[in-house]
Amino acid sequence: MGEYKLMKGNEVIAIAAIRCGCDGYFGYPITPQSEVMETLMEEKPWETTGMVVLQAESEVASINMLYGGAASGKKVFTSSSSPGISLMAEGLTYLAGAELPCVVVNVVRGGPGLGTIQPAQSDYFQAVKGGGHGDYYLIVLAPASVQEMNDFMDLGFELAFKYRNPVMILSDGIIGQMMEKVQLSPEKPRWTEEEIQKISGSWATIGKTPDRQRHIATSLDLDAASQERFNHKLQAKYKTINENEVRYEEFMCDDAEYLIVAYGSGARISQKAVELARAEGIKVGLFRPITLFPYPTKAIQNRVPQLKVILSVELSAGQMVEDVRLAVEGKIPVDFFGRVGGMIFSPEEIVDAIKTKLVGRK
Amino acid sequence: MAKIRGTIVVDTECCKGCKVCVVTCPTKTIDLGHEVNSKGYNYMQMVNPENCTGCTNCAAVCPDSCITVYRVKVE
Amino acid sequence: MMEIKDMIKPENLVYEKTKVLTNNIMHYCPGCSHGTIHKLIAQVIDEMGIQDKTVGVSPVGCAVLAYNYIDIDWQQAAHGRAPALATGIKRLNPDKYVFTYQGDGDLASIGTAEIMHACSRGENIVVIFVNNAIYGMTGGQMAPTTLVGQVTATTPYGRNTELNGHPLRITELLAQLKGTCYVTRQSVQNPAGVRKTKRAIQKAFENSMMKKGLSFVEVVGTCNSGWKLTPTDANKWMEEHMFPEYPLGDIKDE
Repeated sequence: MGEYKLMKGNEVIAIAAIRCGCDGYFGYPITPQSEVMETLMEEKPWETTGMVVLQAESEVASINMLYGGAASGKKVFTSSSSPGISLMAEGLTYLAGAELPCVVVNVVRGGPGLGTIQPAQSDYFQAVKGGGHGDYYLIVLAPASVQEMNDFMDLGFELAFKYRNPVMILSDGIIGQMMEKVQLSPEKPRWTEEEIQKISGSWATIGKTPDRQRHIATSLDLDAASQERFNHKLQAKYKTINENEVRYEEFMCDDAEYLIVAYGSGARISQKAVELARAEGIKVGLFRPITLFPYPTKAIQNRVPQLKVILSVELSAGQMVEDVRLAVEGKIPVDFFGRVGGMIFSPEEIVDAIKTKLVGRK
Repeated sequence: MAKIRGTIVVDTECCKGCKVCVVTCPTKTIDLGHEVNSKGYNYMQMVNPENCTGCTNCAAVCPDSCITVYRVKVE
Repeated sequence: MMEIKDMIKPENLVYEKTKVLTNNIMHYCPGCSHGTIHKLIAQVIDEMGIQDKTVGVSPVGCAVLAYNYIDIDWQQAAHGRAPALATGIKRLNPDKYVFTYQGDGDLASIGTAEIMHACSRGENIVVIFVNNAIYGMTGGQMAPTTLVGQVTATTPYGRNTELNGHPLRITELLAQLKGTCYVTRQSVQNPAGVRKTKRAIQKAFENSMMKKGLSFVEVVGTCNSGWKLTPTDANKWMEEHMFPEYPLGDIKDE
């Protein structure tokens, strides 16, 4: 097994990428994730694994360099933070439309606009509901620890290639900047040309040989009927993803009468709040979606019969709460507690919210 | 004295009758005809085939790559 | 007198369509320069024997469908982003010949950042830049390269420098950048121009494997639909009006 290290979330992203056989990184500096590229440049993986690392002129260029690499069957990733991800929205919808695999790490900060460099979870809608135009989804993984920053890099590539779809690791400034113990994954070599041929040879633009038709990585189809067929194919893929890739974690839910739903750093803080509330005899549990698309709708529904009220806890003005309400289908009340603009709630504040919005609900 | 003679074969279905070849031909061999192809374009044809020297100018400037050129040396 | 049918024999063949072009009939308007430029690229790929080692990047604009005509692997880029895609492809696949094919709206307007930095970094790619001084696909609007006084759909009274600024000679600008090794401007309206353009494209492809940096081939072309001229009149108009603003020839060759 891999070795143990004490590292920042952002640094781990870089190390995990190298260790899982990533072929290329293209990025642009933005706080609070600049350590990703800085670590890669320090590690010089082009001298060891042959991984390419390039600082692009903008996030727009980064995501399009990803397109170029992804369409040639390579494992490529980029990282950015909220305003940079907005600039990547165009590229992401083209990647989704051309069915190209890649990993995009979003170390979210508070918005809107230039906002703040402090952590937030206010880009849930952007990550999960689109961000770019057209009917498409990203597969969205929400790490709640530095360990998961490590683990989701490899998982991200696995899912990206399994479904030929962009994957977003939706982190935030807390997880990115926090130092924790992490067990690094075992090293995997980069794919050889033969392996790429085997894995992606049916679509990748790696040179047209006489034995096959040319490959075209495009999202354009001017024929509406054909574009509709393609859209149906995409939707069928998303349905398969929904059926097979839902991931979540439950904490103290078995006897819970009240439930907190929270993801990422919000879940991390909520877990402490649940422990504090339990110590006061409140039967509250924590449900943590790990995949935000696909969303663990059914798993939340399964908990509804035992519950009185659900509280969605987010570092936003209330975004994921909409998906919780959709899951609950009005059967029980769903309330919301959050802080915004880069402010972070304490476990005690969440305990207060549990008391007023759940236990003391009129 | 050896004389150069040439001829062309036009893919009339892909010709769009742009006439770029016609003005390029140094021997006035070609022009648009009255017939149209399935797209409705008057297509290019040899009107003075005996003039053709097979110089390939028409084919070189043809945007639609619809001209094939042959050339022979006649003794 | 020799009969025509007697001349049509394989041993007498001197010019035929390259196999690297597909049999799809091009969607371009009659006389459009794109078709000729596509053909030259295909001929170079054919003659260099690099069909299985070449990846093209098509733009947004009329040439978005270039992938229907040149029989190689293609990627289709968002508007202006082709040099970024090409950077990604070439950095990860240095053994491939990678080229972008872009119009003046794509390269000189919305994609200025991407082309500028690909040139500045000296990416070992080829850029084919087709300048017809207009947005063809969207219906003939003003491009950054539109001439002063030129009438377009968005300059119905002619391009006015007070309102619209000046024509952008981006090729001269890019020649200033250290990362470019070969910058040239050609045209394809006559056989001599076609031959020179083909040589330029071949040189650009050869450069891309010599780690010399980016080779940039501008081809001044016509958009007879957008210019509202017949194809042959468009060629004359180009010679009279475009060439003074965009003079032909090598700007840089290192």
